[in-house]
Amino acid sequence: MKLVFEKSRPGRRASTLPRYDLPPGDVPDELRRERPPRLPELAEPEVVRHFSELATRTFGIDTGFYPLGSCTMKHNPRVNERVVALPGFRDLHPLQDEDGAQGALELEWRLQEILAEVTGLDAVSLQPAAGSQGEVTGLMLMRAYFADRGEGEREEIVIPDTAHGTNPASVTMAGYTLVDVRTDRRGNIDLDDLRGKVGPRTAGLMLTNPSTLGLFDESIEEIQRIFHGAGALMYYDGANLNAVCGISRPGDMGFDIVHINLHKTFSQPHGGGGPGGGPIAVRKTLEPFLPVPAVVRDGEGESARFRLDYDRPKSIGKVRAFTGPFGVFVRSYAYIRAYGPALREMSEVAVLNANYVLARLKDAYELPFDRLCMHEFVLSARNLKRQHGITALDVAKRLMDYGFHPPTIYFPLVVPEALMIEPTETETKETLDAFCDAMLAIAREAEEEPELLREAPHHRPVGRLDEVLAAKRAIVRYGFEEHPHLTREDTSEPRQLEAQKGA
Amino acid sequence: MTRFLSLTEADREEMLEAIGVTSVDELFEQIPLGVRFDRELALEPALSEPELVTHLEELAARNAHTGAELSFLGAGIYDHYVPAVVDAILSRGELLTAYTPYQPEMSQGVLQAIFEYQTAVCELTGMDVSNASGYDGTTVAADACFLAKHATGRSKVVLAEALNPQVRQVVKTYAPGFGLEVTEVPHRGGITDPDELREAAQDAASVIFQQPNFFGCLEPAVDLAAAANEAEALPVAHVDPISLGVLEAPGAYGCALAIGEGQGAGNYQSYGGPHYGFIAARSEFIRRMPGRIVGETVDAAGKRGYVLTLQTREQHIRREKATSNITTNQTLLALAGLVYLSWLGPEGLREMGETCLALGRYARERLQQAGLEPVFPERTTFKEFAVRVGRPAAEVVTEARRKGVHPGYALGRDYQGLDDALLVCVTERRTQADVDRLATVLAEVATT
Repeated sequence: MKLVFEKSRPGRRASTLPRYDLPPGDVPDELRRERPPRLPELAEPEVVRHFSELATRTFGIDTGFYPLGSCTMKHNPRVNERVVALPGFRDLHPLQDEDGAQGALELEWRLQEILAEVTGLDAVSLQPAAGSQGEVTGLMLMRAYFADRGEGEREEIVIPDTAHGTNPASVTMAGYTLVDVRTDRRGNIDLDDLRGKVGPRTAGLMLTNPSTLGLFDESIEEIQRIFHGAGALMYYDGANLNAVCGISRPGDMGFDIVHINLHKTFSQPHGGGGPGGGPIAVRKTLEPFLPVPAVVRDGEGESARFRLDYDRPKSIGKVRAFTGPFGVFVRSYAYIRAYGPALREMSEVAVLNANYVLARLKDAYELPFDRLCMHEFVLSARNLKRQHGITALDVAKRLMDYGFHPPTIYFPLVVPEALMIEPTETETKETLDAFCDAMLAIAREAEEEPELLREAPHHRPVGRLDEVLAAKRAIVRYGFEEHPHLTREDTSEPRQLEAQKGA
Repeated sequence: MTRFLSLTEADREEMLEAIGVTSVDELFEQIPLGVRFDRELALEPALSEPELVTHLEELAARNAHTGAELSFLGAGIYDHYVPAVVDAILSRGELLTAYTPYQPEMSQGVLQAIFEYQTAVCELTGMDVSNASGYDGTTVAADACFLAKHATGRSKVVLAEALNPQVRQVVKTYAPGFGLEVTEVPHRGGITDPDELREAAQDAASVIFQQPNFFGCLEPAVDLAAAANEAEALPVAHVDPISLGVLEAPGAYGCALAIGEGQGAGNYQSYGGPHYGFIAARSEFIRRMPGRIVGETVDAAGKRGYVLTLQTREQHIRREKATSNITTNQTLLALAGLVYLSWLGPEGLREMGETCLALGRYARERLQQAGLEPVFPERTTFKEFAVRVGRPAAEVVTEARRKGVHPGYALGRDYQGLDDALLVCVTERRTQADVDRLATVLAEVATT
């Protein structure tokens, strides 16, 4: 398929703008643009057709089942798209006076209250733009909290080896030092390893619970005693919150700071990579350090008024413009109001679905931790690799031929040939069964027709793409007349990276 | 049973049996009793879809949006027209509901769109490489500082005071974690002095200035970039994409990086987000870029395709040594930007810039006739300009709004000595008649 730039012809144009009969503005010559940007030149029909074709070459949750582990690819209700487009939300300027933004501020305040209840914590800032920004914000809060207490020597953050890559990357961005802790044979944090690593230099823990193995840490109460006993804080990576809404709250588990991925648990559509939302909820003791402005309510009932509070002298500052990604808040608020207290049922069904798929697949694939799972689980294709030379990547590519998006693969790192499967709560049993049937058929194919898997996918717009070549040549923009022509490299070396895909 | 769940009672029974448990509660026995939640969540009762829409309509109705109130607010977020094609493409379910394109054979459409977006951003800014988007126009500035620190080994960054205050605040919030010291260079009569900037840039990793700056004034950008380069600090221009049909591209005057807020190009104001930030650089910084980058490749049959590439920069491979922790970005909003720029085309972008310039000039002159003096009379401005209102500007805003006009942003909150200054923004959506009405209202409520 051609690039939009390759469809461009000089003189075509889709836009018309208002014309005013005014004298032109002046720009000093040295600041005036010399060579126009080579933007596409198309009339409207081709603009629509081009991007529609790109849509047909993209697989979304609307297209089909998407069990990408740790990504919580659930149905995105369409009413949320309707309400976010109400002019009172869509066309509201973020610097509008508080008097002219009472509805928006009330919505933000209400969402804060809901997230405090769901997480079991006291105060919420909606500002972080995504989960990873919530993480770095949470670490900044730790730094500010300990500085305020005169405990600036606390420089270490403890992270288990199952953690998302964002956790260690956030630790570096926040200027902390990373301390790794192992996972034990049941998939919990190894307490013996942990005890030797928590002390007066520890600022805190970052933990996903249930973990990226889809397992609830059975020692969470002891973990809390270890960290709080050492005067350290606990950060909860909310990537897996979909497992525990109304069932177990991070605040009750002992966590002091939590981020919530609104684009996972609360249904903000993921848009091919974003937007997201990463609000953080904290215990009362950390509230003074939250980003500004805070959204606060004065008075109650009919006379309630909402305002932005910038008067927070201990605040860490700002991590993003304004109050955060407001449109994401509208969708997530609408989503939660559609459930009400039945949010618990959402998590129950997510866990039921995951355990059902696990039960159907665990004989055909290796199960590294033989326990009931929470909302997701991790299988290993190690048996297929050993017996037939078939990798997790081959299984993933073959699933495409059956019409399913593959699960997350090669993550978490503690499981070789990992297949991380998260069905979510919104699927029918028929869909889950069809997926299981496909996975079982693939395990049989691995034995009977392994080439079928190694050459998969067979029915997508492109076959397996050469990731090694892409990294080597680094062609990251169209080069117009000078655009290089790539050809296939004649080699038998693997051309795909056995690196994490998903989560 | 809620409307987003599909299991029947019979399904549940069969599934529990297959798992080998008798109830859903049994699945949760791995959670220690002490941390199980033993009451119902205290949330308001569920709303049916019609009730939900009514409730949200009531909240929306209490917001004075730019379709209901004549507004001259800008200051970083702009009421530019969003064409119907943008809404149409963004409502395509495949694009709306896809995840990050980890499996390229499933996601050629979104990968190609990102490759095209990267190309458009490079063309606008005169750069060689762009990522797939950052969170917004503030966080990309922090990204640029992190990149510059590691590229130069220096631990200071310089910000022009005329750079958007929220951008500066975000950089200052991130700086301690990055191990960076932040220095600010004051504006002189609305613009930055290149000599002062050169002085401040000694030993600095980077210098960030904004073009047009927060006051709408055109900075001597060529001289500022040269001053930074002379001090061997990386010059970073924070630019308005809408201006780049008429204003020179940062790559053409020696900048190392170009960053900015994309909202004005294709996104609604949406009370501040979600929008997209862009970050583009010269090719020498490609392996230090934050976040997702899409590259071209071929499949086993030699057919062209696109993949996420150079991933050894990223958190999921490099972990604590990554160039950033970003994973989720703003792809859908960046796609809106690409559709918008495809709609506008190069000629449309130029025309848009000329229209903003001309309307801005008309508004400045019209307000001056009404007795409102520009704060920086010597300066050329684009789309925005500051005027004196003779009394606290925040009060003028309140009174003008009673007359149905939001006259702009009161600058006093961010700049000392500008309590009586208002930042007025005129996009192509404001007509001459709108500007005339603003002049009339301000003449009534300002002290002239």
